[in-house]
Formats: sequence, C-alpha cells, structure tokens
Amino acid sequence: MTSEDVKKKDKAKKAADPRDLTVDVATQDMIARSRDMEIETIFDRAQTMKPCNIGVQGTCCKNCAQGPCRLPLPKSGIEGEDTRKGLCGATAETIAARNFARMVAAGAAAHSDHGRGVAETFLAAARKETEDYKIRDTKKLLEVAPDFGVEIFVEGENGEQVDRDIDEIALEVAEKALAQWGQQEGEICTLKRAPEPRYELWKKLGVVPRGIDREIVEIMHRTHIGVDQDYENLTEQCTRAALADGWGGSMIATDLQDILFGCPYPLKSSANLGILKEDHVNIIIHGHEPLLSEMIVQAAELPEMVEMAKSKGAKGIQLGGICCTANEILMRHGVPLAGNFLQQELAIVTGAVEAMVVDVQCIMENIANVADCFHTKIITTNPRAKIASGHTTHIEFDEHTAFADAKRIVQEAIDNFPNREKDVMIPNQKSELIAGFSYEAINYHLGGTFRGSYTPLNDNIINGRIRGIGGVVGCNNARTLHDDGHLTVVKELIKNDVIVLTTGCNAITCGKAGLLTPESAAVYCGPGLAEVCETVGIPPVLHMGSCVDNSRILMAATEVVKAGGLGNDISDLPAAGSAPEWMSEKAISIGHYFVTSGVYTVFGVTLPVGGAPVFENYLYNELEEIYGGMWDMVADPYEHARKMIAHIDKKRKALGIDKARERVLLDMADRQKLEDAA
Amino acid sequence: MSKLVAFAAIQGAYNIVSKAEGKYKRALEKFGGAQKVEFPNTAYFLPIIYSLTGIKVTDLDSARRPLDFARKLLPPHVKKDCHLPFLGPLLDAGMAALFAEEIVEAIRYVEDPDFYQPSVEDPDVDNGKIWLGAADDTIMRKRGVEFVDGTAPGFAAIVGAAPDSATAKKMAEEYQVKTIYVFMAANQSGTTFAEQLLEENVQLGWNTRLVPFGPDISAAVFALGFANRAGMAFGGIEPGDYKKMLAYQKNRVFAFVNALGEVNAEWAANAAGCVNWGFPTLADTDIPEILPTGVCTYEHVVANVEHDEMPSRSIEVRGLKVTITEIDIPLAYGPAFEGERVRKDDLYLEMGGGKTQMTELCKMADMNEIEDGKVEVIGPEVKDIKKGDRLPLGIYVQVAGRQMQEDFEPILERQIHHLINYAQGIMHIGQRDISWVRVGEQAVEKGFSLKDIGTILHAKFHQDFGSILDKVQVTMYTKQEDVDKLTKRARQEYKHRDERVESMTDEDTEPFYSCTLCQSFAPNHVCVVSPERTGLCGAYNWMDCKASFEINPTGPNQPVEKGECTDPVLGAWQGVDDFVYKTSRQAISHVNFYSVVQDPMTTCGCCECIAAVLPGANGVMTVHRDYLGETPSGMKFTTLAGVMGGGQSSPGFVGHSKFNITQRKFIKGDGGLKRLVWVPKSLKEEIKERFQKRAEEEGMPDLLDRVADETVGTTEEEIMAFLKEKDHPALKMDSIVGG
Repeated sequence: MTSEDVKKKDKAKKAADPRDLTVDVATQDMIARSRDMEIETIFDRAQTMKPCNIGVQGTCCKNCAQGPCRLPLPKSGIEGEDTRKGLCGATAETIAARNFARMVAAGAAAHSDHGRGVAETFLAAARKETEDYKIRDTKKLLEVAPDFGVEIFVEGENGEQVDRDIDEIALEVAEKALAQWGQQEGEICTLKRAPEPRYELWKKLGVVPRGIDREIVEIMHRTHIGVDQDYENLTEQCTRAALADGWGGSMIATDLQDILFGCPYPLKSSANLGILKEDHVNIIIHGHEPLLSEMIVQAAELPEMVEMAKSKGAKGIQLGGICCTANEILMRHGVPLAGNFLQQELAIVTGAVEAMVVDVQCIMENIANVADCFHTKIITTNPRAKIASGHTTHIEFDEHTAFADAKRIVQEAIDNFPNREKDVMIPNQKSELIAGFSYEAINYHLGGTFRGSYTPLNDNIINGRIRGIGGVVGCNNARTLHDDGHLTVVKELIKNDVIVLTTGCNAITCGKAGLLTPESAAVYCGPGLAEVCETVGIPPVLHMGSCVDNSRILMAATEVVKAGGLGNDISDLPAAGSAPEWMSEKAISIGHYFVTSGVYTVFGVTLPVGGAPVFENYLYNELEEIYGGMWDMVADPYEHARKMIAHIDKKRKALGIDKARERVLLDMADRQKLEDAA
Repeated sequence: MSKLVAFAAIQGAYNIVSKAEGKYKRALEKFGGAQKVEFPNTAYFLPIIYSLTGIKVTDLDSARRPLDFARKLLPPHVKKDCHLPFLGPLLDAGMAALFAEEIVEAIRYVEDPDFYQPSVEDPDVDNGKIWLGAADDTIMRKRGVEFVDGTAPGFAAIVGAAPDSATAKKMAEEYQVKTIYVFMAANQSGTTFAEQLLEENVQLGWNTRLVPFGPDISAAVFALGFANRAGMAFGGIEPGDYKKMLAYQKNRVFAFVNALGEVNAEWAANAAGCVNWGFPTLADTDIPEILPTGVCTYEHVVANVEHDEMPSRSIEVRGLKVTITEIDIPLAYGPAFEGERVRKDDLYLEMGGGKTQMTELCKMADMNEIEDGKVEVIGPEVKDIKKGDRLPLGIYVQVAGRQMQEDFEPILERQIHHLINYAQGIMHIGQRDISWVRVGEQAVEKGFSLKDIGTILHAKFHQDFGSILDKVQVTMYTKQEDVDKLTKRARQEYKHRDERVESMTDEDTEPFYSCTLCQSFAPNHVCVVSPERTGLCGAYNWMDCKASFEINPTGPNQPVEKGECTDPVLGAWQGVDDFVYKTSRQAISHVNFYSVVQDPMTTCGCCECIAAVLPGANGVMTVHRDYLGETPSGMKFTTLAGVMGGGQSSPGFVGHSKFNITQRKFIKGDGGLKRLVWVPKSLKEEIKERFQKRAEEEGMPDLLDRVADETVGTTEEEIMAFLKEKDHPALKMDSIVGG
C-alpha cells in the first residue's frame, strides 16, 4: 500500500467532529490536521467500520471449521429455555466462556512473555554475559530473593550468619524466576506474597497456578473443540492463568525490572504531544518493554549523540513515550509521555517525529502507513513484532548487544532529522505531573526512612478522610469518547474521597489532564482526600507504572491488608478496580486476576459476554461468593464510578468503619493491655 | 498548608546540620578526633543515634558517621509548583536535625563541661546554674520507673517561652496536677520557660517534674534521648531497631511538644523530628496545621491553642487519658508535687522530724464503730499558731470494710507518706513514728489547715482502695499527751506486724503473686513475688501484691499457685514455672527464686539492685542503682542493667530489691548471705541494721565488716587481698560456678 492509498479519496463523506471523538485538545487538533492532510486514522475507521454485533456478545465460535457458529441473543432476550446451540452443541455460555478464556490466555501470554524476556535479560546480567545490564537495586533483590526460596545469608567460617555474595543471589534468583515459566508442577512461588487468607482460599479452590506457560497452554487445549464445555470449569482455568499473570509473570517482570533498572521513586515530568520539540530530534518510544527503552534513554544522553544531533541542525534529542514503554521510562527516568494508545498515529501526524521505535503490544499496524506520509521512520526492534504494512526499518534488539543496538537506533533517528519537512505542527498541550509511585515509594512517603508504613493510609481510610481505594487502569478504546471514560471515572472517585492508583493508558490520560499533580487535590478532591494529599504532598491519583505494573497495585493492596485495621484479605478492603476504556486482551487477564484476588472490577465500553446471560451472571454475581470479588460492566462512566463507590461503601459498612470514629484515650490500664512493643 | 511546614522544616534541618558540621569541624581541630564524647554517667552513648542507628559515638572521630548520615538524610527542598511528595522527606529532615543536634549537645559537654549538671536532680538555681542537660542513668532509671508504673504517663516538651511568667506558672502547674513531666528547651528571643517559672518562685528539677534541659532548641534531644533510653532500659529494645523503638514510643510514651511563641525553621525541623516518635506539636501561634492522622496517633500539628487549654488539648491530641484527683482542699494536688521541698525560709509549721513527735497509725475498725468522712483535729490547728511554730502530730486513720483485712493496715498506712506529699506546699518525710511534715507559707496563705490532711486521706483511700474499704475516719492529735498515747500504742502495733511478716516463709505461703505492673513498658517481663523474695523494684512485697489483687482482681497482680516444689534449695516450683512460661510468651521455661547462678529470675530493668557472680572471689557482689561508680564485675550498674534488662534470664546476674538482701532466702541456692563479697558503702549503711540481725542468724556477726566495698577496690583483684585478710567465708565455700 502506498501513502497515496491512505489518503482518502472521497472527501464528500462527512467526518465526525473531533470534539465528539476525544476530550483531549491536542488529540482534537491532530485529528483535524490528519483530516486536512487526508490521512486516515483509527478515529476515522471507527466511524466507517462498526463492530461485529455477534462478536461483541461473545457468542461467535470459530474454534473449528464447521463454523463459525453464531449465537446472537435477540435484543428482547429469550423467553423460556435457551435452545441456542452451535453445531457441536456448544451453548452460548460455553462459547462465551471459551472466547473469554482465550482472551485471558492471550493477555496472560502477552504480559508473561514480556516477563520472560526480562527474566532472560536478568539471567544474562546475573551471568555477566552482558555489559549493558547490571544488578542496580540490591535492596529490592534482597527483598524478593526469599520469595523465590533463595537464601540471602550463608554460614560463615565459624558457623555465624554472613551476607551471601550478591552475584550468587542474583544468579539463583534469575534461574528460579525463569523456571516459573516452564514449571510443570507445584506452585508459582510468588503467589505466597498475597495475604495469607487469600493464598489459602486459592489453595482450597485448587486454583494456584503450577507454571506460567502451562496454564496458558491448558486454556488453549481446553478451548479446542470438544474439550472443556462447562463455563464454571473454564472460568477456573482462567483464574489459574490470570493469577499466573498478575502474581506471576507480571509481578516477576516488575520485580526484575526494578532490580535491573531501579525501583521507581516519585519524580516530575510532563505529558501530551506538546512535549515534542520543534528544534530537537524527536524519538518516540512505543510499546511495552523497558529493556530496549532503558538503553535508548542512556544512548540519547550520550554527549556524542547530542553532538551528532547538533551537527544535523537540531538543538538536542527529545524522547517521548507512548503506551506502557512510556510509563516504564517515565517511572524511572522522568522521560515525558507523548500520549496514550489512541495518539500513536497522531504523534506522527505532527510531522516532528524522526523515529518511532516500537517493541511489542498495542502497536497499530497503521502507524506504518501514517509514517509513509512523513519522513518518520518506524523502527521495529523485536523479532516477535514486525509490520508488513508501509515501510519500516527492523533493527533487531539483542540483550547481549543492547547498548550498541540502542545507539544505532538513536543514530538512525538523528540521521533522519534533515529529512523533516517544513510542515510541522506540535500541539501546545502538555501538563506537568508527578509519577513514580512504586509500592515501596508509597511506603516511604507515608512516614520516611524510619516510620515508613501503610498505617497512615489505613488510618485515614478508617477515620473516613479517605473513603477507599480505586485502581483505575487500562487502555483506550476507539469505540468510546477518547479519555472521557478515564477522566469521568477518576474525577468522580476523587471527588468522593476515593484515592486512585493508576497504571497504563489511564495514567497517561490523568497525566495529560493534570490529575497527577499535587495541586489537583485542592481542585478535584473531596475535603478528606484533599487534606490527606496536602499532608503527604501527593497527587490524588498515584501513577504506579505500566500495565505489567498492575502487580504493584496487588502488592500495595497486600501492604494495606498487612498494615491492619481493614480486614484480613484484599476482599475486605474498601476498594474497587476499573478499566473504563479497555480494549486489549491483556485487560481481560488483568481484570480476572483482580477479581480473583478479591476486587470488585468494573469494565467500561462493553464486555463480550452479553450474549450468554448465565455466564455473564456467573462473572458479575456468583464469583463474589467464591472470591469476594466479581466482574461488572458499566458503559456510562459516571454510573461506573458510582457503582465502585457503592461497593466501597458496602465494604466500609462490613468493616464497621462507616460511622465516625471516636477518639480513644488511653489510661494506664489500657497501656498495660498493649501487646508486644512492636 | 503542610507544604509550608515541610518547606520550613527542611530548610531548618539544612541549617541545623550545616551548623553541626561547622561545630564538629572546629571541635575536631581544637580537640582532635580522639577526644571523648559522651553524656556523662550514661551507658547509651548518644542515645537517639545509638537507639535508632546502632552507632556508638564515643569520641569525635566516631561522631562523623552519624553526622554524615544526617547529611545524607536531608531531602531536596520542596519546590513551589508540582512538588514531589514531602511527608517522608520531612520526617527524614527532622531526624537528620535531631542526629545533628545530639552531636552539637555532646560537643557542648566537651567545650563547656560545667554548662549542664548531669548528676543532680534539681538545678543549682542559687548559683545561676539552671540547665540540667542529659539526665544520668540513675535519674533516668529512677524516673523511668514512674513511666513504667504509670505515675507519670508522659511528658510535655515545652520549647520557647510563655507570653508572661504567670502563664508559664499556670501551665506548669496544670501539667503537674495532670502528673505529666515538663521537659524544657529553647528560648523565645532569649526568654526561657524555665526562667519564667523561676521568676514565679516555682521549684524546678526532676523532683517537681519540671525539668530544665537547656536554653537552646537542640536541648530537645535530651527529652527524646530520655525516652529512647527508657525504651532500651525497660522495653528491652535492641539498639538499631528503629522500627520497634519508634513504635514503642508511639504506643507507650505519651509525650508531645508545646511550641510557645514564634516557630522558626529550626523549631519546625525539631517538630518534624518528633513526629517520627509519634509526638505531636501544639503551638500557641498561627502555624500551618497538619490534622490527618497516621504517623502520630491523632493530629500532628495543631495551631492557635490558648494557653489555658494547652495542657488538656495536648493530652487529648496525644490520645492520653489522665484521671485527675479532685480533692476538696485549697491546694493543688498530684504526684508532681511529691518531690517539692519546703525550704527553711518558706517554712510556716513543722511537725515531727526529731523536733517534735509525729506518729502515723492505720487500723482496721468495725463497720459500726466509725463514721465515714469524719475528720477531726484534736488540739491546735494552723489558725491557732504563728509562723515558725512546731506541733507534735498523731495521725490515726481508721478504716472499715467488708473486704478489709488486718494485713492491709500497713499497706494503707504506707500510703500516708506520698498522699500528703502530693499536696503542693506540704512536705512529708518518713513513716510510722519517725514521720516529719513541713507546711510552707504559701500553703497556709492559700488556706491550708491540718484538717485538709484528713480530707486527703479519706478521699484518696476511697479512690485507690475503694474495693476493700467502705469507711474511713481520720483523727489528728496535736496535743502532746494524745500524741504520746498514740505513739505508745502504735509502737506495739508495729512490733506485732513486723513479727508477723518476718515469720512468713515461702514454704508455708500459698499462693505467690505475679506482678506485671511494668508490662506497659517491659512487655516481656514478669515478676513472681513471694514473701521471702520481694519485688525486685523494691516497691512491692508479697503483702502489697495480695492487697492489690483483692483491690483489683483482674489487675497486674494475680495469684500464682506454687504447685509442686521441684527444688527447695534453688527455689523452684512447677506452678511458677508454668506461669512464667505462659506469661513470658514461651521465652522463659524455668526460674529459680534463690539463685543468681542457675536460671535466675528475669528483670525489667527497674530493679533496685543487681547481683553479679564474681568467679575469682567465689562470691557474689551486688550494687544498687544510686551507686554510679565501677564495680568488681567490670560494669557499672547501668551497664549491668543494660546487659540483663528487658525480660531476659541472664545466668550470673539477677535483679533484686535492697530489702531482699536481708531476707533469709537471698541467693540461698548459691550459699546465701555468706556469698556476698562486695556491696557499695552507701548500701551497706542503708541496710546495716537488718544485715546485722541476719549475720547473727548465720552465726557470723561481723560478716558485714568482711564484705568489701569501693573503698577497698572496684576490681576483683583489688578486693581479693581484703577478702583473704578478713577470711571471708565465700573463699572456703564450694566453687560458685563449678557447683
């Protein structure tokens, strides 16, 4: 396809007003520009192509060549017995559950394969096979080592306990971590990080995953024609695979990334397309893994590279991120966010991007076509992810030659600077933000080096200043008003004193809207949350990282449980999860591991289970009996947030913290009753 | 608004650390790195640094590490817009400031050795020496016990100065009434709270619980250091275990800061430091408040507090409940006034004390015999005499109640001392027929009469012992003949009682009593008190524990069934072991009552004396906490207490009361009193009379003369010659360690 093909021939067709497509002004401007330049983007295609109305119900089965069997649920519903069946007899419930399970499998595979890549790099670093990656955060290494059953002390010469060699620890952690993927029996060891009652529940239910790959493969097997034809049994396998993702692959990815690149701590940066600089070499890093982007950040900072850029007439090199790679390098280096998922084509439309470097996941094929309209180079780097459309450059990234590869990529971008055309339009919009809230950082910031703990958070939840915790995450979805779902949900939550933990494209949205600044507390929050934010100096929305870093939210929830006063399990917490604009299969895996970790999790837009009312009811209601958490789908973002708040209030009531707390004054007798000093 | 506090405090912390670095550099140049650095007579190095980091600062060289650490703790300054989170950094800045200040104060001891007065409880005001600085360990342990038993629930760290001295006095008195210590530091434009109190003729010092630490804000470290030493001494918290230490402080030490006058950046840094301890700040000025809870139990910073509300507001913010004794007398009343003296110049009326006879007697009465609340003064009252007069005095207290027993009489009688002492302007010394009361002029001006003593005793007996008595009647005699008559009768009663208590033995007494009174401070320790092994704090004997149990059946003293005696010589009972195993949370499975060598009893660190085995002398030494010097064990009292406090059983060491030395079962399992080879001279003096009796029972009337003391030597080698010369019996006994 040539760039000419991309340009729309038929201008007569009336395009939607950009203001009806996105609430983000920079995005509106860029959509308008793309229209002026006759460049088609996802926003246009979303108008011209409607989603399949059977697929959207989740009841189209194409798992064998006798189909596809399509079992739509009539708008009026079915009165009496539901007699819909596929050729093999699969019911709507079986079909929807199988489709759902395959989404979990794909999502878990995506996260976990990312994790595997990190684990392999980590192993290379531990073996010292690469110069470019080193064990940087030894504190975190020592913290996670015991979870992998790795000793951090050894017996000294005189039988005393001495610190074990850090390289030895790293090597054993690397080997043990990597073994979690191929493990065939037993349990994934990081599951034990969950609060004990949660782990025990999983054990009782028999859903503790055996090995990361195994559970994913088993979904593929079970959903083959004629295998698992019981939606409950299928859901159980979804749980194994999803837990293997959230508490396994994703969590291990986060941990090992922190050890290699440093555990994030709060830092300042900015977001939106306005971060691009007209007089700089602009490089967009897009995708999901930090392995390459970390190297690019280092390479772009090299004086020789900056000099080279200057020799080409630029004033310097500006990096910007899109999607979760953006979040990864923001969290650790403060590299600004250029935009979220739906802005990837539009970043190119500015005409100011020398190179867009991509690795894996959420990279739209069409960027190659858009790039063909400009000088922009699309550089694919991962052997798993190549693009056939348009013109792309493939520079394969190898962890053993990582830095050299990164330099080549940056150089490629610099060399491209003189090819930039005059017609450049960079939107003005950019907002300042504070990011970098690992659960360790939250712990520190709630009490410093000496008193760091989650107790102040719990305390203010108990006393009602903070009503609860909302985890709002997930993608963009071109079927809904861009960024509006995210912002409406988040603003309604913080207005009602619910503190928000965010990752992924929601975090980028919040960043662009100024919700990641401490100043936003006074503007958007209820009085209680505002007061707490003011005391700690935090934004009301805490950016915890990429979508793999949803594991940080799990750990934060676990820390809250451990800090006490809010029940014994994640399901006791006044908390709820949300993905207002989800679209990827990863979101389904994330949703399911949150639900089965005990969290009420609401999705926006749609959920492909509507054609199977029994299965839908199982997910939305019956799972609560089993896991204490359940799925829900509310398309309207305001109602979406209200349902989360209602759930939080339900949990507050169950904990008995729905009433004002009395001040307890201790006398001597009370003090004598105090338990041990700690 | 918190941002302003954070901004100022972090700024202040930079100032403090920078100044400390400068001071350190100059000291290093002047004195050299080997210059010793210490808080005199304390065993905890620089206690904040030591307790939280484990770093032992002993000289200027070793002070560098914590100072570098303080510098490293300093966070970036808070930016105006889109700033980073600051609560954690703010607390770190506060901690950095305190580390730096502790080093600054330690250097002051080197530069100006006479600035502070480490070993006295009350300042030498007449010579213009107001500031006490760090309390030495003797004071810390003595006062720490008050925190342990709850007579002092906490302290108010007052920094700055009140708007005028009258306000200062009013505040101080309210804290005294509320039984809370006042620790003073810093000045407001040169005026200090301490000097304001002196202007108002208020007595300062540990005895009145108004402790002037120092004139600079850096003296705040003495208050926090005191709290942390208590945590190490009584809480058994390991140095360097900062998490446990700070949790201990938050949960058990009810302290807070009152900032009086303008709060500058350095004060803000100190306040931030205190938040690490869970100690909030209340200010009388309009500073930014920090109200959300979390690090402290409730609010962190409260502003604009009126002075007359400051004490009550402070204890509420700290989450403390103080029950104030409201007694219908014209004087302020509370434990803080116990240590207050009535000086000669202020003396209005004196009774007893060798000049006249004064006698106290408490007797059980029949319910119908007495009238509750009846207080009678037979003879001259205060109004009948003039300033400087003396009177004899007999205080006869009759109590009746369904639960009352004769055994409780001495316990009630012993209360008279402190109950009278609690009244402001009244001083009481001694007991029984050697009592002594001084009434100050100010008390009389306020309208005090002798009848008030009766009112106090009636009210307090009901309050503290309400469950064993129903009626209290007090009669006071001030005519010579009546006093003589009472005295004669009382002496017979005393004799009868002493004989009864003397004759009680562990063998024929059941049950023993536990004492967990100090578990609020020493959670792992439990005492078991028997008739022949009184509580190691010296405050509770078996009878006290029994009475306490009767008064409060679910209280800290519980009966312990002895069960089978498993070792009569070492003093071991199955029931006691079972009890100790349970209450020590399975840490201790077996204890011997009468041995220092084998499985001795545990101590919380508030023992009066510590006995230690001296293997070379084949004997045992003991040392009381008032003795500051070295001992032949190679350790001072405070070091010994540090080694064995916190609820451990440490073979070779045991805590005990002074009285216990002269009880028959004292280290009987190791050979008894004849093992005693070294005792400080002052302790010898104190227990001489009873020791003599016991020595005679042991068939060695001159035993005490054979026991060495510090005048002989403070090493085993030094005392050996003496012991040989005196032919000390321990030398011929079986080997104490090999046994």
